[in-house]
Amino acid sequence: MAEWIEACAAGDIDEEDVMRFDHAGRTFAVYRSPDDEYFATDGLCTHERVHLADGLVMDDIIECPKHNGRFNYKTGAAKGAPVCVNLKTYPVKVTAGKVLIEIE
Amino acid sequence: MSAADFEMSNRPRRDYSLVGESTRRAIETGLASAEWYHTEVARKTMKELMQRSDAPAIRDTMLWIGLILGSAAGAITFWGTWWCVPFFAVYGVLYGSASDSRWHECGHGTAFKTRWMNDVVYQIASFMLMRNPVVWRWSHARHHTDTIIVGRDAEIAVMRPPDLLRAALAFTGYGDFRHALPALLRQASGRLSDDEKSYIPETEWQRAVVAARWHVAIYVATVAVALYTRSFLPLMLIGLPRIYGSWHMVLTGLLQHIGLADNVIDHRLNSRTVYMNPVSRWIYWNMNYHVEHHMFPMVPYHALPRLHALIKHDLPAPNPSMWHAYKEAWPVLLRQLRYEDFYLKRELPATARPYRHEFHNMAVSAAAE
Repeated sequence: MAEWIEACAAGDIDEEDVMRFDHAGRTFAVYRSPDDEYFATDGLCTHERVHLADGLVMDDIIECPKHNGRFNYKTGAAKGAPVCVNLKTYPVKVTAGKVLIEIE
Repeated sequence: MSAADFEMSNRPRRDYSLVGESTRRAIETGLASAEWYHTEVARKTMKELMQRSDAPAIRDTMLWIGLILGSAAGAITFWGTWWCVPFFAVYGVLYGSASDSRWHECGHGTAFKTRWMNDVVYQIASFMLMRNPVVWRWSHARHHTDTIIVGRDAEIAVMRPPDLLRAALAFTGYGDFRHALPALLRQASGRLSDDEKSYIPETEWQRAVVAARWHVAIYVATVAVALYTRSFLPLMLIGLPRIYGSWHMVLTGLLQHIGLADNVIDHRLNSRTVYMNPVSRWIYWNMNYHVEHHMFPMVPYHALPRLHALIKHDLPAPNPSMWHAYKEAWPVLLRQLRYEDFYLKRELPATARPYRHEFHNMAVSAAAE
């Protein structure tokens, strides 16, 4: 059953940046876009097991720190080699200054 | 400086195929696709270092293309006289060596901020190097996932025990050429090797074949022009610079990993940073900071000196020159002829965190089984 889990405070992430969030043995990446919106995806690149939170956010793209694999973190879409499999995304809301992720 | 040596009796030789015994062992032990050591760098600082910019690469690319066209013009003008030799010498290095660093940086997508600029230069440089742009994009991704992991890394330049004749031939350009051209022809005929299939997703195979066919078509056209004009000149300008101009790529590139450890998950053990003269650094696009590049591949070439200054407290001292690095590596290679597990282990400064050895020891003991 899905539940909303607090990932971090809204101010913990800079604009156009990403942060790692681990919960119940799983790892997630939480993003703050240049437009000050928040998003969340699985934390590991679908190409190799590399934490996306160490990567670079550019507009709506997260680039894997290891192989330059690029995803649209808003939709999870893989944007070309070396990534071929989309990222799973999660609903996010900001309540009372906290970033919450809906996780099953 | 110290060296590590291991008993070699009854150990099987390393299996460098990507679908063999070493591959199986690397996967089973967790050495493949492992989480690697990296120096701690504050997120804010790393984010600044990773920032892309078009300006440095546009400047360097315009200079590169300008010098290529200028030296080509000189070579054509003086064709048939000895005066063409210095022009070809310059042209060859720009074509056969500088293209390697452009291929590499654009393959990482870090040279330019603008994506299509990376892609265009990547395609051009791949052609110059006789490298299939699809195959090599994936092989290099593997090289970064499993750097110098035997049975996994497709880009190990000097295997153990080292083939010194082959390494010497590499400086002539012929050593690599005799593999690059047949590979391109094979791929153009629609056949990928088992090794290639091991690191390229099936969805990309056809793209690799098509890319090879484009390359071959341009080479065929070049040969046709040479035959039609009854001149060797077209081949001196397209194709052959891959041979006579690749010496600088080999000179700098061999130093990246030779003589250092394999089967480790700490780039400080298997990669080498070497201080170089400014000309070589321009040709090589700062890949002399190789430990830094492997630890943080998304840092653009122009930011590597800054990254080096930031993390050198955690790395072995860089070699002060290429000469020093070769002088250091040569006796190790000679020793590896008899004891292939021998490698150079450089001392860390007192400010560094200890090496990560655990996988290395496990892999070596596994190899003894």
